[in-house]
Amino acid sequence: MKAYRTVRTALKALGRNPMRAMLTTLGIVIGVGAVIAMMEIGAGSSAAVQQTISGMGANVLLVMPGTAASGGVMFGAGSSTTLTPEDCDAIVRECPAVRTDAPSVRARTQVVYGSRNWVPSRISGTSPSYLEVQNWKIGEGENFTERDVLNGNKVCLLGQTLVRELFDGQDPVGKEIRVKNVSFRVVGVLARKGANMVGMDQDDILLAPWTAIKYRVTGSTLASTNQSTSSGAAGSVNTLSNLYPGGQPGLYPEQSDVQAADNPMPVRFANIDEIMVSAQSPQEIPDAVAQMTSLLRERHHLRPGEPDDFSIRNMTEMINTLSSTTTLMTNLLLCVAMISLVVGGVGIMNIMLVSVTERTREIGLRMAVGARSRDILRQFLVEAVVLCLVGGALGILLGHGGSYLVRLLLHWPVETSPAAIAAAVVVSGTVGILFGFYPAWKASRLDPIEALRYE
Amino acid sequence: MELIKLHNIYKTYHMGTIDVPVLKGVSMAVARGELVALMGASGSGKSTLMNLLGCLDRPTSGEYWLDGRNLSRLSADERAVLRNRHLGFVFQNFNLLPRTTALENVAMPLSYTADHLSERDARRRAEEMLRRVGLEDRMDHEPSQLSGGEQQRVAIARALINRPSVLLADEPTGNLDSHTSEDVLKMFVQLNEQDGITVILVTHDPNVAKHARRRIHIHDGLIVNGALAGAAGAGGAEAASGGPAALEGGAP
Repeated sequence: MKAYRTVRTALKALGRNPMRAMLTTLGIVIGVGAVIAMMEIGAGSSAAVQQTISGMGANVLLVMPGTAASGGVMFGAGSSTTLTPEDCDAIVRECPAVRTDAPSVRARTQVVYGSRNWVPSRISGTSPSYLEVQNWKIGEGENFTERDVLNGNKVCLLGQTLVRELFDGQDPVGKEIRVKNVSFRVVGVLARKGANMVGMDQDDILLAPWTAIKYRVTGSTLASTNQSTSSGAAGSVNTLSNLYPGGQPGLYPEQSDVQAADNPMPVRFANIDEIMVSAQSPQEIPDAVAQMTSLLRERHHLRPGEPDDFSIRNMTEMINTLSSTTTLMTNLLLCVAMISLVVGGVGIMNIMLVSVTERTREIGLRMAVGARSRDILRQFLVEAVVLCLVGGALGILLGHGGSYLVRLLLHWPVETSPAAIAAAVVVSGTVGILFGFYPAWKASRLDPIEALRYE
Repeated sequence: MELIKLHNIYKTYHMGTIDVPVLKGVSMAVARGELVALMGASGSGKSTLMNLLGCLDRPTSGEYWLDGRNLSRLSADERAVLRNRHLGFVFQNFNLLPRTTALENVAMPLSYTADHLSERDARRRAEEMLRRVGLEDRMDHEPSQLSGGEQQRVAIARALINRPSVLLADEPTGNLDSHTSEDVLKMFVQLNEQDGITVILVTHDPNVAKHARRRIHIHDGLIVNGALAGAAGAGGAEAASGGPAALEGGAP
């Protein structure tokens, strides 16, 4: 009741001079409007920037097997074979910070179509989720499937560079190419991606189910990097009875008796060269790393204190750039917000001081008929707060409309930010109280006799 | 029964290092239902006395009883509540809120202490007061649309809204022409006679003062005449507190 009356009295007092009230609140309107518009446009741009940088692979993590060591000689990352396709499945299943992942088996060998040949810089045996991890689109045709991976089907996707080198303008989809004498059918062509951050041509690539590459093409890991020279056509006789020349003859690796006796552990059927992991967002990369580390340590039966038999790499530089950009943007917006709101608040204080002087007689009268000093304080404070809140509301509309216009006319990405709106309301109320207090206090200290006599 | 009783009131203003005594031991009494004129030349201290009577200010020393209650030591907030409940003010320059209807002007004092009143009750009470001063057809007019006499009648209605026991009018006709003045003064007389409201008219104009049944003259901070009810002449029983000046003044 009391609050309602006070607010109504304040509205009436403001309504007696609507033009001045409007001009007073203009500072807050513009301040809050600017904040909201900046927040929305900024959030949109920042989301777009993040998306772009993520597209460049900022939230991609690389899990590599650890080093093999022999008599103190370390062979470097990836030289031991500790990662399995099951690890890959477990990561996506059990780590909530991981969006998706894909195994990778690498090969480097010659690819032949008709009379042309080429050695792509990357031949990757992987799963269909590879494209999702790399944020890559199919330009033509379609992706291979999980079923292709299970069956080790001889299908592949080609990068743009490879298409240019092999096909010379022909449509590659549906054609058969040979990868180290194994025939693969081209099911799709990847969209152009260009060079990566260190200048490597990412389009010089061939993607195929990892089972096909592993069992039909390489039959080994990184140990032999360029199979086209070390084995295959040059060293052995190619007979038709050997269906997959250069390939591992069976799914089960051959073991000597001694090996079998030495190693009572179940045999690892397959190992992969690396796992590419995509985190839910760049911010969740540290979580993803922690989750994967504990998961892989558990899966690899590593005792506490034992070193990891794998290593996880991320694009630290990119992430730092990303987060510093975002922080910079947020802080910049915050500064602008603060300045404009303080300016608006000072405007309110000025006009309220003028208003107190102008209405001295009214204050005297109100005191004479029974207003206590706290009644006067409350009245003027409420007036200031009402001004600020009304200004804040108008500012939200203005800012929202402004960002809508920007989206409409400039096609900038814009994101509505409820947090910014809530903050604007809270801040404009606070500004009202802070800058309204001094004039209200001044009004409440007036002496009724002096005030009544004031001309 | 004495509604207002002042005993040996002193009021001194401090202007820097100089003390300016304005009231120098004023004693007076007003009975319930009286219509009193408080007269004096400018600078005589009548405004100061009026402020003290209206609880707008505190005496430097002395005692002030209103309705048997000693008001000399009240805090500012307590005095504000007292003004709201027991005192009505009418000013020379009306002091109405601009761009606010007559009705809202009249209801304004209710917003400070009458929380128990509903919005509709407050409105009804304000309408009743305006009807009493003969402005039932002017309720929604703003001060700028009203004549001086009408504005003063709105101010009277506002003063009456909380049913005060005392109505203090400070030169209520100072800004009015003689014809309207007469109307307004008749209204005070009528309120006094019909409703039994105690009215104190502060004025320097003998034509205004003649409507009162008793005139209190103040000169140089001392009451020279009419300090007590029923004593048209000198101080009577309380001549000692009325001061020697009371004897010198004589009847007007």
